[in-house]
Amino acid sequence: MRGAASSPPLRRDLALISSLIQPGSRVLDLGCGDGALLRHLMGRRGCTGSGVEIDPEAVLTAVRAGVPVIELDIDQDLDRFGDQSYDAVVLSRTLQAVRRPREVLLEMIRIAPRVIVSMPNFAYWRNRLRLLAGHAPVSKDLPHSWFDSPNVHFGSLDDLERLFADLELQVMRCLPLAASGRPSLWPSRTRNWVAGAALYELTAVLVSPPEVRGGGQ
Amino acid sequence: MTLFTPDRPLNLTRGGRLDLVEVRYETYGQLSPRRDNAVFICHALTGDAHAAGFQAGADKPGWWDNLIGPGRPLDTDRFFVVCPNILGGCQGTTGPGSLNPATGQAYGLDFPILDMADFVSVHRRLCEHLGLSRLLAVIGGSLGGMQALQWALSHPSDLANACVIAASSRLSAQNIAFSAVAREAIMRDPGFHQGQYNQFGDSPDLGLSIARMMAHITYLSEEALALKFDREPERDGLNHGFGVDFAVESYLHHQGEVFLDRFDALSYLYLSRVMDYFDPFASPQATAAIAAARPNLLVCSFTSDWRFGPQHSRRVVSHLERAGVPVTYRELASDFGHDSFLLPIPRYHDTLRAFLDRAWEVGS
Repeated sequence: MRGAASSPPLRRDLALISSLIQPGSRVLDLGCGDGALLRHLMGRRGCTGSGVEIDPEAVLTAVRAGVPVIELDIDQDLDRFGDQSYDAVVLSRTLQAVRRPREVLLEMIRIAPRVIVSMPNFAYWRNRLRLLAGHAPVSKDLPHSWFDSPNVHFGSLDDLERLFADLELQVMRCLPLAASGRPSLWPSRTRNWVAGAALYELTAVLVSPPEVRGGGQ
Repeated sequence: MTLFTPDRPLNLTRGGRLDLVEVRYETYGQLSPRRDNAVFICHALTGDAHAAGFQAGADKPGWWDNLIGPGRPLDTDRFFVVCPNILGGCQGTTGPGSLNPATGQAYGLDFPILDMADFVSVHRRLCEHLGLSRLLAVIGGSLGGMQALQWALSHPSDLANACVIAASSRLSAQNIAFSAVAREAIMRDPGFHQGQYNQFGDSPDLGLSIARMMAHITYLSEEALALKFDREPERDGLNHGFGVDFAVESYLHHQGEVFLDRFDALSYLYLSRVMDYFDPFASPQATAAIAAARPNLLVCSFTSDWRFGPQHSRRVVSHLERAGVPVTYRELASDFGHDSFLLPIPRYHDTLRAFLDRAWEVGS
């Protein structure tokens, strides 16, 4: 090493995701941005893997950091990854911005046995208040004005969990997140009101367990 | 530099042997005391060893001068850059136009059929001669990218990084068709004399210039030609005859003409044919070695390239990614077609700079 810069501290939501990933895993990070998560996983947790990103500037930062990044469109090109070719596939705060979330989730569970997904909660109470007041929600988890938001789907955590159930994805772990990005301290069943976002670890349903319906209703 | 001699000849992949191989090469920058800063450049079909800087009296610099030099992405204040002329070429390295020591005549079509792996054998011998046991990176565009890919697949522990730019791992039928027409133009020229034109004091100039004119169209995109020429007349107005009337026609004539001064028809046949047969992922064991050594790969394509466009690069990326090789892929927006890899397109050069800066930081 010729004076490699030390890596900056990992963003809180990425640190949470990292804690869900087994050391030594092969990880595919969809919408990896500047590659911070993979860089951490590769440098500190002995993982290997690839990122997928479409923003050209973010790709450049990832390349400079030594993170392998494939520039392609999550909505169109996931079919080029092999069946069960990774240990885990991550999609952080991006599902609401892809055109076809359903197909993307199905591709993810095809690519890896473990799927880690986080999404902002459109039904967070502050967002509900904003709507009642007659305005599109803007919050820490939904920071964009309606006219320049990359988000094209506005689902609640309830909605998302129903989609998981429809796709026969089993929720192994659900971490509702407060607006601060920390795990929410409220009881989990209140998450559709009190969580600004949530992080899920999913796996394919192997046998059909009777009562698993994502929960939260 | 003579790299192969009768006691250490070059045994070729497709059979046959060359007892004498000369290689012309250039270097830029300084080799570090630890010999860990060497970057090897592989040139494309009609390139040469003169990649950067100005030769005495020249008005144009080397073909990749915008990339190589102090402060450039291939920063010669840090990297030691090596660029040889390719085996089978005609610009200082042994090729079909060279004298066959067995006959005292030019080889002509007696020159053995070449394979991508033979280029790598010669490159590796050059590295041995230069005392480079491990390269920081191998970089090439088009045919050069294919050499870099072949090298990374067959001898991955030679290199820490490889850049495969605007290349292909399997030519399409359309690619082969274009090459076939180019070769036919050469071989059907009465000046070809079954490849022995040197003995007749002749050369298939017409065929070679037509081959070049046609290939040149495939190196540019429709947009690039429109931007450069549109339908501009060559002179004051259009004459509605069969002469050179549009500016693009005159440009192609010029390209065909100047090519004759620097290229040999037999080299064109031999080198273009290597590309047609190149199919390195065909073997089931193709990625075994690279999957174990795990060098870092950078693959780049350009959106308007219709010779080796994004689908060619995506195929390379798929094979490498599935083998678990750390591979980065960029699909770079450019209107300039296949030749984009020679141009200083900011996002392209930024990518190479980022990749090479990282390579430098980590070391070989």
